[in-house]
Amino acid sequence: MLKDITIGQYFPGDTIIHRLDPRIKIIIISLFIASLFFVNSFIPYIFIVAFILLTVKISGVPLKFILKGIKPLLFIILITFSINIFMTKGEVLYELGPLTVTKEGIYLATFMALRLIFLITGTSLLTLTTSPIALTDGIEKLLSPFKRIGLPAHELAMMMTIALRFIPTLLEETDKIMKAQMARGADFESGNILSRAKNLVPLLVPLFINAFRRADELATAMEARCYRGGDNRTRLNELKLKKLDIVSLISMTIFFGLIISTRYI
Amino acid sequence: MIMKINNLNYIYNPNTPFEKKALDNINLEINEGEFIGLIGHTGSGKSTLVQHLNGLIKPSSGAIIIDGVNITDKDVNLKEIRQKVGLVFQYPEHQLFEETIYKDIAFGPKNLGLSDDEVDKRVKESMELVGLDFEALKDRSPFELSGGQKRRVAIAGVIAMKPKILVLDEPTAGLDPHGRDEILGEIQKLYDKEGITIILVSHSMEDIAKLVQRILVMHRGKLEMDGKPREIFKKVDELENLGLGVPQITKFMKIFKEKGNHVNDDILTVHEAKEEILKFLRRKKDA
Amino acid sequence: MSDIMIKADNVTYEYKSLIDDNIHQAVKEISLEVKKGEFLVILGHNGSGKSTLAKLMNGLIMPTNGNVYVAGMDTQDEKNIWNIREKAGMVFQNPDNQIVATIVEEDVAFGPENLGIDPKEIRARVDKALEVVEMTEYKKHAPHLLSGGQKQRVGIAGILAMNPDCIILDEPTAMLDPIGRIEVMNTIKKLNKNENKTIILITHYMDEAVEADRILVMEQGQIVMEGCPRNIFKQVDKIKELGLDVPQVTELVYELRKAGINLKDDIISIEELVELL
Repeated sequence: MLKDITIGQYFPGDTIIHRLDPRIKIIIISLFIASLFFVNSFIPYIFIVAFILLTVKISGVPLKFILKGIKPLLFIILITFSINIFMTKGEVLYELGPLTVTKEGIYLATFMALRLIFLITGTSLLTLTTSPIALTDGIEKLLSPFKRIGLPAHELAMMMTIALRFIPTLLEETDKIMKAQMARGADFESGNILSRAKNLVPLLVPLFINAFRRADELATAMEARCYRGGDNRTRLNELKLKKLDIVSLISMTIFFGLIISTRYI
Repeated sequence: MIMKINNLNYIYNPNTPFEKKALDNINLEINEGEFIGLIGHTGSGKSTLVQHLNGLIKPSSGAIIIDGVNITDKDVNLKEIRQKVGLVFQYPEHQLFEETIYKDIAFGPKNLGLSDDEVDKRVKESMELVGLDFEALKDRSPFELSGGQKRRVAIAGVIAMKPKILVLDEPTAGLDPHGRDEILGEIQKLYDKEGITIILVSHSMEDIAKLVQRILVMHRGKLEMDGKPREIFKKVDELENLGLGVPQITKFMKIFKEKGNHVNDDILTVHEAKEEILKFLRRKKDA
Repeated sequence: MSDIMIKADNVTYEYKSLIDDNIHQAVKEISLEVKKGEFLVILGHNGSGKSTLAKLMNGLIMPTNGNVYVAGMDTQDEKNIWNIREKAGMVFQNPDNQIVATIVEEDVAFGPENLGIDPKEIRARVDKALEVVEMTEYKKHAPHLLSGGQKQRVGIAGILAMNPDCIILDEPTAMLDPIGRIEVMNTIKKLNKNENKTIILITHYMDEAVEADRILVMEQGQIVMEGCPRNIFKQVDKIKELGLDVPQVTELVYELRKAGINLKDDIISIEELVELL
């Protein structure tokens, strides 16, 4: 299950999309998301689909891989779909007991479900083509103007890096502790919700204790390596905007600007 | 026979590009009361094998029969199997979670559904077996103890389930020589006293040589060697090819013999080496 | 320039126990000097104060009494602290808990980045450090997929990229398998011989200690033995009393001598003993 979530996974490659400056990619995806919320008819969706398919094609990420990323979130999409299909008033097409399906309902439900699917594919495209490090760098740089009003941009980015670094370690540890407690007869699989929650104690307590121990050791190791916050820090790979970045930014701004403007036509 | 493994295979991530054969047709019989050393470098399949023994991992194919029960059967009672085969993981102190040492050790027996009296008895016994003072320590928090003591609490937690087979995965990892000797001493004592079957996984050939009666060597998921320590440690070159070694003293005796000295080279301990060298020196003097 | 890398002058470190609120002395009135280019091993069982001593040596903790000097700089002088940590880098026991970044080369760059070094220079240092520890081919890998020995070498590269004169290693092989231990020990020896780094290695593995120029043995916060490996290990009884090991061949010689055989007593390797007999 955890393995199926493609949001946050990185698909290594060396395409134009991969090489694009992470700041530009974040801005473009933000424009993409904004335009999704402005669009109010199906026609601009054609362009959105075209944008997604083209990006997928260039990025070399298999389409199947991205579609697999939708699967774990199918549940949410279905809920959204059914709420919209049953809760929208209008011209009644079917009646199922107290539930009514309307023409407007079908229209809205499809529209909303598509919006969610686009949202997921768009954001997973960002994470699939941008290494976590580049992503955090991008976020840090984009947020740095807000440092003046007290936003801890560097600290946030550092926290993200460490979280990403330790997720696999902690997953491995969870597996190990679970097996060790199962070897002592612990049961994580049966019982009602309450007893299941109680059964998690032998897993969660050691997991937390170990996480704190790791945090403490990591902090000492970072101090020993002269870490003292973001001031005067340099980077191995400094972000520099290239011509390609500027061109992509301008063309995408125009593209999404046009899509947004369809709302007002 | 307490354990029999037939044609055991295990494949990680089957039908994907990451497919990897972790266990490759393992066949093995273990008799009740044997003290076995399991060696092999990291990734040789030791841990995977060990986790099969109490049903934590389901084999891709093959059978594991423990005390007459095939544990790969669908309707097998896993709790019963896990009681019979106690498994102490690496760094077991990282799995302690209760407020008191007593409660932590009682966790296993309680999961078996034993009565309070029986649980109490078992906690007492197992603390004694690992050399922890019951009265002084039972109400203390396990997290206040030193590393070596924490590990003993964790081992006691498994012993308290009264397993017929006790598997220990590198029980001395990260301990200093003193702590290591203490833990090994307690394992030996437990073996002498309770007569249970023990499988000790270790990287330390010196420890293996000192304790076990039979050695299993794993390499790339296969059971490469199976024999008495003296036979196994004679194969210095083969072991070194597998990324393993022999005790320093064994290696010394072998090199010494190769130099043309007439000595017996199936030596496992310093004490044996001393006797052999003394004999050799006496012969030389007499000649 | 003096040839003393680290100097401890009558150093005591006290801490309050979390369990019983008593004051404990982890390190008691220790004085020592470590020469530039020396390979020093500190032995002692767990809780003997050896890790505390290591942390005192690069200003991670401050002495309660006395002073520690790194390349002549007092660790208690706050303005020196970053220079001290740059000069005396530290590698810890658990390789997982000292790797910060999700890509090997980014992690090696972490130290120099903190020092505010120019990106071009960081690139050069990272490449060099990875080459020294022989991990260049893994530079784009994710650290969690490496073996223990490889992770620990990445940890060492991360320190090396800060260009320290001295590297302090606190039980760097305790959590590794035999192959990982050999990899890391070879790297450490290489740093000492080829890169002229002063090495302070804390361990309880005797086969590692025999490689040292000098050994200190600690017990209850004090230095109880000091000398070259031969002179330390021939005192088999005393070493065992301190809860430590001697190499098996050394023990054999000791046993043979006890049985009345007249042999040289300072043997620490198989080859020496074969020659001797």
